Amino acid sequence: MRYIDKTVVGLTIAFLALLFADFFMAEWMRFIGLQSLARGTVALGLLVLWRTGLVSFGHALYFGFGAYAAAMLTLLGYHDAFFLVFAGTLVAGLLAFLLGFLLRRYRAIFFALLNMAFSMILYGVIVKTEALGSTDGFSVLAPTFLGYAPEGEAVQTTLFLFTLVFTYLITLSVHLYLKTTLGGMSMAVRENEIRVEYLGYSAEKVIHVKYVFSGLVAGFGGAIMALAIGQVDPDSMANWTVSGEFVFITILSGIGNVAATFIGALVFELIRTYAFEYAPQFWQFILGGSLLAIIMFLPDGIWSVLSRLRKAEKAPSP
Amino acid sequence: MLTLIAILVDGLIYSSYLFMVAVGLTVIFGVMKILNVTHGSFYAFGAYMSATLVGIYYQTDLPEFGGFLVIFGAALIVGVFFGVILERGLLRFLYHRDEHIIVLATFAMFLVLEDVLLMIWGTDPYYATEPMGLLGFIDIEVLSYDVYRLSFIALAVVVGLGLWLGLTRTKWGKVLLAVIFDREISQAMGVNVTVVFLVTFVIGSILGALGGAYIAPTISVSPGIGVEVIVLAFAVVVIGGMGSIPGAMIGSLLVGISRAAAVHQFPEIELFVIYAIMAAVLAFRPEGLFAPAQARKI
Repeated sequence: MRYIDKTVVGLTIAFLALLFADFFMAEWMRFIGLQSLARGTVALGLLVLWRTGLVSFGHALYFGFGAYAAAMLTLLGYHDAFFLVFAGTLVAGLLAFLLGFLLRRYRAIFFALLNMAFSMILYGVIVKTEALGSTDGFSVLAPTFLGYAPEGEAVQTTLFLFTLVFTYLITLSVHLYLKTTLGGMSMAVRENEIRVEYLGYSAEKVIHVKYVFSGLVAGFGGAIMALAIGQVDPDSMANWTVSGEFVFITILSGIGNVAATFIGALVFELIRTYAFEYAPQFWQFILGGSLLAIIMFLPDGIWSVLSRLRKAEKAPSP
Repeated sequence: MLTLIAILVDGLIYSSYLFMVAVGLTVIFGVMKILNVTHGSFYAFGAYMSATLVGIYYQTDLPEFGGFLVIFGAALIVGVFFGVILERGLLRFLYHRDEHIIVLATFAMFLVLEDVLLMIWGTDPYYATEPMGLLGFIDIEVLSYDVYRLSFIALAVVVGLGLWLGLTRTKWGKVLLAVIFDREISQAMGVNVTVVFLVTFVIGSILGALGGAYIAPTISVSPGIGVEVIVLAFAVVVIGGMGSIPGAMIGSLLVGISRAAAVHQFPEIELFVIYAIMAAVLAFRPEGLFAPAQARKI
């Protein structure tokens, strides 16, 4: 029997279903969907890092950098989504590549905090730059897509389509990458780095590759977010609480499967949107409370519910 | 010359403030290996409680200088209350988990407490400037300073000295050092680690709350003060080396004086100079200036 990768099949089905649904979705659903895809992609990068045992409390750096890069290009008169997102992704990746030379030497809490320090430098620069609107940020005009300039609701529909295709490709490649030797190395680095080195592999190089990747996808998420919201501002793009939210999504999803990241992002976005709508005074309370509940009762994230169910199903049959 | 004096005095005041906030964080990290994001909430609650209680106190006819006792009382109430609840109610269930999970749990608690703060005190700012008015002004050359702000330096010195003496000169300090050095062995030797953890956490919480309570008279106490202070405290603690009290002192001096210099000379880089120092220090000394090197597991 030929081996069929369930994750690839599942992802493709979900992709096609969403592609189809895009044309019928209500506007608010599409908006939540867009944000989930953007944040989910960032969390995907964190998942790849986490498999080596590293957690970053500063990925708002790349998220914010990508978002601001894309937004600044619109100020210069570029409006093509392909170009903007590509540029945002690339500059964030480049930054990650450069900082990676320093950061790959750090582990555990130091890695997390040094990332935070760098992200707070960006935050400080943005807040102090009057030309970029300081704490208010500035708004981003609707993008065009290779000459096609949609209007009204069509903007979001096209953007969703655009984001969906790229997110699908990224997710698929991450899934396949995790099965390669380099991808499999991450768990080994996490368990025992020195043994990895003895086996002739450079742990630092493994980490650097993953770090650049996480920077790239965080830049992608940021650029998408800037276009989706039509606005960039430091507090929702580059502050340390944003980094905390990404780690939140990663924990919510667990590191078992790439698909879980997007489910986690969607759950996060739903909690946030509804908490904000029905209890604007308590939305942080609800967010923090659900995070605590997950840490206490679902230590391996949402995905573990599925695998638990599967196990329970299998158990009675002899 | 005048600028230099201004930078030095401002820097010292700011350093003392930073030290007050950061030392609680470093004490908790040193003993329990927990990076406590909730520290920002302790600070904020301390500030609100102090502003409220001081306001109430000065509506009575009690002696004016009692307001200072009220400030310390506010810190004590907040620190003990939240310290005990958080350690007993949450953290003790997580000690065996990954350190990142614990950081995230305290982050979650921070989010929760941010809204609890809004529920209790609302969004309007609070002012309690009476204690500051009591102490008046002092002139250094031609610059005029609040005595209250200068008293920060004294408070920081007292707290720092107290902690250092407590750690090195008392039986409790020795027990604490044993726990820091090896949790399991000290437990085997009959140290009640549960109690040590609880007491440490409560002391750390009180220090965080005191930082907020004591600065409350000089600022407008408004929502969001906790978010700002927590990353500053992180930066200081990381620069000095996590868990080291002299480290926290040097770290806060470094950060405080550079920030004062930036404010006077290049105001536009004020915010980021702190993190630039942090990044620079970590690039050369990964564990911070004063942290002991750790053995790697093979």
